[in-house]
Amino acid sequence: MTRSTRIVGWGGIGTEGEERLSEDLVRISEGVPIARGLGRSYGDSAVPPPSQPVILGTTLADRILSFDESSGVLRAESGLSLYELNRIFLPRRFFVPVTPGTQFVTLGGMVASDVHGKNHHVEGCFGEHVLSLKMRTGTGEVIECSKDVHADLFYATIGGMGLTGHILEVSFQMRKIPSCWIYQETERVADLDTLLDALGQAAEKWPMTVAWIDCLHEGRHMGRGILYRGRWATEQEAPAYAPKPKIRLRVPFQLPSWAMGKQSVRLFNSALYHQHIPRVRKGIVSPEEFFYPLDAIRDWNRIYGKQGFTQHQAVLPASKGRAAVRRFLELLTSLGGASFLCVLKDCGAQGSGMLSFPMPGTSIAMDLALRAHTQTHIDRLNELVIREGGRIYLTKDALTRPEHFAQMEPRLSAWQKVRDKWDPTHRVRSAQSVRLFGDKP
Amino acid sequence: MNVVILGATKGMGRALARLCAESGDRVFLLGRDAEDLRRSCADLIVRSGQHQPVEFALCDLEQSASFEPAIAQAKQALGHIDAIVVTAGQFATQDDLESDSALLERLLRVNFVNTVLLCEAARKLLLAQGGGTLCVFGSVAGDRARKPVILYGASKAGLAAYLNGLDHKYYASGLRVICVRPGFVKTGMTAGLRPPPFAGEPEQVARDVRAALRSPRPVIYTPLVWELVMSAISVLPRAVMRRINF
Repeated sequence: MTRSTRIVGWGGIGTEGEERLSEDLVRISEGVPIARGLGRSYGDSAVPPPSQPVILGTTLADRILSFDESSGVLRAESGLSLYELNRIFLPRRFFVPVTPGTQFVTLGGMVASDVHGKNHHVEGCFGEHVLSLKMRTGTGEVIECSKDVHADLFYATIGGMGLTGHILEVSFQMRKIPSCWIYQETERVADLDTLLDALGQAAEKWPMTVAWIDCLHEGRHMGRGILYRGRWATEQEAPAYAPKPKIRLRVPFQLPSWAMGKQSVRLFNSALYHQHIPRVRKGIVSPEEFFYPLDAIRDWNRIYGKQGFTQHQAVLPASKGRAAVRRFLELLTSLGGASFLCVLKDCGAQGSGMLSFPMPGTSIAMDLALRAHTQTHIDRLNELVIREGGRIYLTKDALTRPEHFAQMEPRLSAWQKVRDKWDPTHRVRSAQSVRLFGDKP
Repeated sequence: MNVVILGATKGMGRALARLCAESGDRVFLLGRDAEDLRRSCADLIVRSGQHQPVEFALCDLEQSASFEPAIAQAKQALGHIDAIVVTAGQFATQDDLESDSALLERLLRVNFVNTVLLCEAARKLLLAQGGGTLCVFGSVAGDRARKPVILYGASKAGLAAYLNGLDHKYYASGLRVICVRPGFVKTGMTAGLRPPPFAGEPEQVARDVRAALRSPRPVIYTPLVWELVMSAISVLPRAVMRRINF
């Protein structure tokens, strides 16, 4: 069944079109340009091309097809959400090896974006733990691929933004965890150098790390922020009961555009920094609180108003050192970009997905409200990313120019060869691939 | 509780089967597509914590000859059946039904004639084992005819009349009959329609229905707000109903 609706990314950019929804993905997936799950990609990657405004909605295809308790291998239809997976498996002490910052994503989306998380320096991206995929390719075939069978398609699909075909089923490795709680330490850090030092040190001892920074603060205290480090709590540390799902607040309507103006964001960032005591804070928290703080507020994207917003997430290579991070933040503050949240994470090795985002270095992610000058800001940031030898995360992107992306991505032509082989006429395509790869609009 | 469900591979039936399996009920599925049923059984087994086997038998609402053998298979697998739930049914828009008489005939046969025949088979089996619950999905569309759902609503109204009588006749013999009247629920069946206010989620319907299986009532509305909506609609004067288009 199809329904006319607005098909938009999380940032609000999109088109009028039809969403095809059914429990039977094999039946309805043929001939549709692109698929989407829960619509959490920020930009236009899960938005159909303008001339064919139809999208495959996967969320009704959410059955678990097998789970082996001894090996932890799980197979499910691609529309299964991480929220549901956590609800079922946390109490049984199993967890996904890699989780992004929201649980309102589907397995198919996690593969297409090759999501990373707070444990990237240890576990890599989600794709490293995927064993096989069932796909509907652009030519209409339904096939299984893995590192042994059709390996080119498999690796091009991990992080391939859904452009190598529709993901129908996913087999991957779940992890046994010692308890369903997290032991967390947080620390307030006064400037960028100390923060990057602390992040590096934490990575040696802790499986999960991340930092939030106040990216509006200039001068000596530029890059001040809060460092989060955590690990699964041991059985002795953890409460005997499983955490209860939290009550979610809602943003009931779109806020006016001035709500996210520079002054209110400055105030918010300052408050977030100062509410943390100067000492290290330690304690047991629920995985929901640790991994998904923003999930506590449903529809939080509405705070950016009708005009919407975009994210810019870039990784700057470790070889350029912390000077690169400093140059990036200096550019950002000079542009006056007001970001509600700015998140820093040191990434580990590059993944095996052919277009997988992370590389060894520092990832910086931030929101930018969509205004007249946003395109210029993104261009300036991207030019710096190119100079530093870094790259951007397509899942967040709506505004990068094709020539910029090509300069960041030496791996692009190899990936395009595989895509051409499986779908010579690019029947599978998105608004993003029209913008970045010159597909038929 | 041992529950047999026809329609558990999709929509509200899927949500109900999941809730039952996760809550420790023993579930048995009826349906027409073996591969689809196998996949749903696997899903329910994992969700139940892998403690319970979940099996199925083939039963097609378009083939009345399949009803008795399927129910007998369920009985054999479960030993005792506490409840038989029928969520399956057919939906089509008023426009499509008006313009395609073959489709209309098929929908009326599936939703009324064959569902009644299936219920008769279920009734006999439940009475033979000394009682049990027969829970069948009607629709608020069967309460009062509204312009967009006249033909679909008529099939569900006929079914509701039958279920109502079944309760009168066999209550004393231990048969408990529940006619579930869901309002607009967001499922694959209604994915082509624009959700009205008060549109419900299948998980909410599942919670209401599972609660009703434990303390049966002849009619339940779900989500509950639809009881209010329908009682308001039922008292609207005919002259008003002729003018409005919902």
